[in-house]
Amino acid sequence: MRLLTHNMLSSNIKGVTNGFPLLIEVEKVVEKQVDFNEDFLRNMFPKIEWKALVEASRTMGYTELPENAESSMLDSDEFLRKFHHALIELHLEEGALVCPETGRKFPVNKGIPNMLLHEDEV
Amino acid sequence: MLSRTAQIRLVSSHPEVYDPCDDSFALVDALLADRANLLEHHPSICMEVGCGSGYVIASLALMLGKESSDCYFIATDINPHAVGVTRKTMEAHGCHADLVTTDIASGLEKRLAGLVDVMVVNPPYVPTPEYEVGQFGIASAWAGGENGRSVIDKILPVADKLLSDKGWLYLVTLTANNPSEICLQMMKKGYASRIVLQRSTDEESLHIIKLWRNLDTQLEVC
Repeated sequence: MRLLTHNMLSSNIKGVTNGFPLLIEVEKVVEKQVDFNEDFLRNMFPKIEWKALVEASRTMGYTELPENAESSMLDSDEFLRKFHHALIELHLEEGALVCPETGRKFPVNKGIPNMLLHEDEV
Repeated sequence: MLSRTAQIRLVSSHPEVYDPCDDSFALVDALLADRANLLEHHPSICMEVGCGSGYVIASLALMLGKESSDCYFIATDINPHAVGVTRKTMEAHGCHADLVTTDIASGLEKRLAGLVDVMVVNPPYVPTPEYEVGQFGIASAWAGGENGRSVIDKILPVADKLLSDKGWLYLVTLTANNPSEICLQMMKKGYASRIVLQRSTDEESLHIIKLWRNLDTQLEVC
């Protein structure tokens, strides 16, 4: 699971109002090198919740992202590379996503988060 | 030569997962026929709901080719085995999609709202008794309840929420699902539609519908 996907996931438990971002429990992180695409990054940037991405990348062991970001920073190659690395190249292979409100864990196995709810959570 | 669609020999399988069949091939054929438009469309986010074996999402990623390095592919399935199979299928084809085991788009709806540029859905469309709908395992691949519409009718409002202004939805339906009524319902929500492919097999008649927001209509209403 890339951090891009983590940035798009929120707790789907019934009644939860504060379900984003999900906290990350790391068991195994894998780095997969992917070709850098500037257009893609520029396109994604406005859609990303930056603080959640920074927090998540730090949990995964990557501390290079700046605390705050604005679109003018996309002109910097160095920034783009860091953004690319955090968003696309870091994968949570094994671990869990945790609902920030209830503490309920959604397992992540082989890079796939399981968001299926139990009957009483729907 | 680079194949534009997934290859059956590279598609993974599992006893609890729906293997690619006529409906999968029809959807991929419809996408292939629209390939030039899809490329020109420059989608940033493409999503499949109900990825099954991964045949369709892999084909979509392949047919968008090199250009797809600027596209984010995401796929979901309610059946965890299906998601596992899709992962292997994508890997075998050298493609990547982020996969989530979930019911339609549950968990993704809030953040992905208005962001999906292309959505492809081959839903469980077979008319069955209601109790067969939503059972885990392979039956979730076809059980569609009354008129085969139970899951389709759950998916349509989610698609409406997730699709971007320029978003396109490709949906596989049977005659029994009443595709014209689906188009009419969506028209009331401001969508234009077209049957992009029709195919009759011994068993069933498939209609692949393409839906998109008709922004002109919305302006007229205002």
